[in-house]
Parts: sequence; structure tokens; C-alpha cells
Amino acid sequence: MTDIAVRLTDVEKHYGSFQAVTDMTLDIPEGSFVTLLGPSGCGKTTTLRMIAGLESISAGEIAIKGRRVNEIPIHKRNLGVVFQNYALFPHMTVADNVAFGLKYRKVGKADAREKVRRALQIVRLPHLEDRMPSQLSGGQQQRIALARAIVVEPDVLLLDEPLSALDANLREEMRLELKRIQRELGIATVFVTHDQGEALAMSDKVVVMSNGRMEQVGTPEDVYNRPASHFVADFLGNSNFLAGRVETVEQGLVTVVLTQGDLRLTIASGGRFKPGELVQVVVRAERISLGREPEPLAGPLNTVPGVITTVDYQGLNARYFVEAGGHRLQVINPIDRNPFRDGDRVMLHLRAEDAVILDETGRVHH
Amino acid sequence: MMQTTSTPSAPARTAARIADRAAATAEAPTRAGRRFRLPRPSGWSFIRVATVLVYVFMFAPIAVVVLLSFNSSRFGTFPLEGFSFRWFQALWANDAIVNAFQTSLVLGTLTAIISTAIGIAASLAMVRYDFPGKGLINTLLITPILVPEVVLGVALLLFLRWLSIPKSFALLLMGHVLITLPFVVLVVQARLTGIKPVYEEAARSLGANAWETFFRVTLPLLMPAVFAGMLFAFTISFDDVTATLFWKSGGTETVPTQIFAMLRNSISPEINALGTVMIVLTVSLPLIAGFLARRFAKGGRG
Repeated sequence: MTDIAVRLTDVEKHYGSFQAVTDMTLDIPEGSFVTLLGPSGCGKTTTLRMIAGLESISAGEIAIKGRRVNEIPIHKRNLGVVFQNYALFPHMTVADNVAFGLKYRKVGKADAREKVRRALQIVRLPHLEDRMPSQLSGGQQQRIALARAIVVEPDVLLLDEPLSALDANLREEMRLELKRIQRELGIATVFVTHDQGEALAMSDKVVVMSNGRMEQVGTPEDVYNRPASHFVADFLGNSNFLAGRVETVEQGLVTVVLTQGDLRLTIASGGRFKPGELVQVVVRAERISLGREPEPLAGPLNTVPGVITTVDYQGLNARYFVEAGGHRLQVINPIDRNPFRDGDRVMLHLRAEDAVILDETGRVHH
Repeated sequence: MMQTTSTPSAPARTAARIADRAAATAEAPTRAGRRFRLPRPSGWSFIRVATVLVYVFMFAPIAVVVLLSFNSSRFGTFPLEGFSFRWFQALWANDAIVNAFQTSLVLGTLTAIISTAIGIAASLAMVRYDFPGKGLINTLLITPILVPEVVLGVALLLFLRWLSIPKSFALLLMGHVLITLPFVVLVVQARLTGIKPVYEEAARSLGANAWETFFRVTLPLLMPAVFAGMLFAFTISFDDVTATLFWKSGGTETVPTQIFAMLRNSISPEINALGTVMIVLTVSLPLIAGFLARRFAKGGRG
């Protein structure tokens, strides 16, 4: 119980008849980095704001360190919040900004100065104490906002799209910094973003949300490789969706005949499918490998001939569109010394365990 | 998803527009000045003459008052005889005027303080919170600007008569708060709309309660509007005649009503001197405030 920093139990939020968040049940373990990921309007920010106490909770319960906080106002929750546009107080120096929260925590003056100094060291901006926020760059403001949030040693750190206002290079750098600081402090962190790259790179646990509901909760690897729903598979990375009908089910291997064209795929699945059932096969674009001839791979393998129709070089990888068995498939492969060109005849290989089968409604079977 | 950000209310937008227009007129002379050098004399020289005439029309009477206040002649009219401070000395020796001045200063200052305090509270409610009847209340707050002052004056007078409350300084003060409040509300609301609620949210998240948040974050960010609002309130109160004539009790005179009373007898040169003092006060006060504000802003950065 004590190793859970934040616990959400059946949390809901509605504005009038609009259901912004439905049935959120989630544990955020002490010291972990949990990301709420989803498109805008999916309820991720509302959830964060409910944890923060900036929005009231319509139903359910939120507990921070085992203490129910539904009725506790924001300033008594002991949080650190970093907002999208940092929200540094423009009329205070950097040092005063960082020291702001210490005033309400009965910290002596000398002690406070020391804590501010240490916080600025952690964010690697020790020499800016006397500057005004308007004199700082976006990245610097970001770090100061983080210092202001962590200096009070909060029970949980809440980050509301803190990287979205930075330009691309800086964003990459701050991503690593944020992660480093979070590890160093071992503080439970809830991170809200719509950027799957950030979510996958930084999180211990990713919560994919859509329309106010949790679609899937899991490690970055889980949600990427084993999407639990059509939405997750579609939102993260590039996937091919192939509709079909189950033909046989044997020892965890499901054979699916695709509705369109004349393809038959053998996929490893733990789901209890029945022959004749309509299903969807999800194949990640980078899980299909292209070759010039049939190559023997370990384990059950699907091999299909095809023709490349479009090549989109992206540096390290190339994205191909391949016509195969009446389907237009998206394939992402590393570029080797002898890349494929338009019109090349290729063999597509897919290992049985590299695809996921979803039922008719777009969910996994258990 | 987030419903905390509120759109600027109608009066706030009006205030912003007024401010924009003021800025535009302040810029106009320099812009026109640059264009004078363009080699197209015909149209522009006409505009130049017209501009000069408008300025003369606006400022000549004021200049005359100031000029005549330093005239040593016994009559407050032309021709000029010599330079003298005698009318200012006479002013200082005139108890009625000194009293009126005191009354006006106290009245103006109290009006500014009370009006601004109420104005800030009202603006916070209007901009930061949603409640039923908000639009109506906001409109009602602004209406004293739209209702002619005579009507306002008579109305409050009749209302007090009906309640059989005798006139007093406190009631005069109340009346002045009533007529200055809309201006304060307009200025403060415009500024408050520009202060994102996220600053307040950040302060709350760091442990400050609502009061601490207001005094450490909202109010400091609001200070320019508070200054402007107080100045507005003070100057409006300081030179209000119409409503004051209805509301003041027997013995009380403010500077404008005193001048009004003096004019009934004769045009004494003292009035010119008094006019000059008032001009200096009402013009220099905002200038000083603006200068101080700029100094503070710079000092804060240093």
C-alpha cells in the first residue's frame, strides 16, 4: 500500500452531460514514471488536473500516498506541477520563483537558500538566480519551472506537456534531462503528452487514453508490440490492419484467411479464437522484413511475394508500400547497401509471433 | 476540455479598444511628422494646417488661463500687466478655497482607494469565476458611465430623501465611488483577462492558499491596472461638478463646486490661479505615476 504514490479508483469527470474521463483505475508506484498518452481531448490533461486538484472529481477516488485527496484543496496536496508554458512568475527573480513553495513549508531562510541552490544545481542552471524569467530562453525557463516544482520535495511530480513548447532539438535534450532528474530524485511522476516518442522513451508505464477511457496500460514495449486495441495499434507507430476469418486454431497458432485477396497468415496468439470468427490482424510496419528470396527463419513463418510500389527514404530507414496478395502493405526496414527500388519484386517475411490478432470489435481476446 | 480560461468580457474588450485608440492618437503626431517631409505638399499642408488649428482650439483656452494666472492686473482678463504670484498667494490665504482643496483631496483619495478595492474584487469575480447572472451584473457595473450624470445625481438624491437619510460627506463619497467604479472595473478587467490563470494555478500548486496567491501573484501582476484605475478614479472625482452639486451637503465644497460658486459673483483672477493649480495636479499626477511605474519596472529587473 505504501509503495503506491498515487491511486485512482473508478475516477470520472463530467462537464454537464459530457463525459471527459470514464472509469480511470490506475496505480502509480513510488518512484515510477507514468505517462498518460493520447490525442487531444482524450482526457489525459483532465486526469492530471484532477490529481493536482485543479479540477473537481465527479466520481471515484484519488489517493496520494494512501490519503484520500478528493476534498483536499490543491495547496495542501504537496505536489510539484510543471505547466505547458512553465508559468514562471514574471515579477520574481529565478531564485524567488524557485523559493516560492518553500515559504509554505516552514523552511528557514538559510535553509531555503541552500535548497534553492541545490535545486538549481540539479537542473544544471546554478548561475541564474538573479535573472528575471523574461531574460531566459525557453529551455532555461523549463528547467527553472522544474526546479521550482522539485525543491519542495513533492509526493508526486505532475508534468503537463512540458516539452511541447520547445523546439525539436531542445525537446530531445530535455527529454533525457527530465528522465535523469526523475531517476536521481526517485520521485513518482505523471507525465501527460500526445507525443508517442516521448512516451515510449521516458516511461516505465504508458497509459494510452482515448475518449476519456484507458485503452491500455503497460510498459512501452507492451503497448508498442502488443497493442490491446485497434486504437492503440493505430495511434502508436505504423500498422497494417488486415481483416480476415479464423480458419484453424492449433497449439496457440491461429490461421487466418484474409477477406480480401488470397492470403493466409499463421499468427501466434494466446486468445481463444474459434474457427469462422471474424478477426483483424495487426502487423507493425517494421515487423515485416523484405528480402530478395525466400530465406529460412526460425519458427513458423509467413512468406508472401510482392512488388514495391512506393519508396520513402527516411535516412536510417525506408518506408515502402508493397503490393502483396491483393493488399497494399506498409513496410519499414533499415536501408542496407542495396536498397529496394520501385517495381522491385520482393519476398515479405512475417514471423508468427510478430503480429497481433484482435477480435471483431478491435480488442484483444483473453 | 479545460474550462477555466474565460473569454474577455464585453466591457473588458471595450476598455482594450479605448486603450488602443489612446495609443494610436499618442503615436499620430510623430507619424504625421515623418510624412511632412514627403514631397507632396498640397494635401499634406492642408492636413497640417487643420491639425495645428485643432490643437490651438483645444489648448488655447487652457494656455490663456495659465497665462492670466500670472498676470498682476486686478482683473482676470487681458491685457497683461506684469508677472506676479499674487493670485496664488491670495489663493493660499483664501480659507474657503483651501478647505475646498482639502475636501477634494480627501474625497478623491478615498474614492480612489475604495473604488479600486471594490473594482478589483468585482473584476476577479467577473474574469475568474462563472456564476449565474454574470453578464447582467457586469453590464450593471458599467451602466453608471452610460446614464447621464444629472439623472444619476437626481436619482441618488431622491433615493436618499425617500430613505430620509441626511446628506453627508460619507454619502458624497459613496456617490463618487459609484461614478468612478465603472472606469476602474474596465481597466482592471482588461488587464486581468491578460493574466493567464496558470500563474495562479502554479502558486496554488506550490502551497499558497487563495489569499496568499492573490497577494503574491495576482495583485503584483495587476499593479499597472491598479495604478491606472486609482488615477482614473482620483481625477474623475477631483473634477466632478454635476453629481457633486446634487450630493454635497450644505457646508461642504469641493474645488470645482467652489469655483462654480465663485463664478456666480465675479471672475476673480484667483480662479485662474486655481485653474492652473488644478491643471498642474491632474496632468502631473499621471505623468509622475507613469514615471514611477517605469522606474519600478526597471528597478525590478536590475
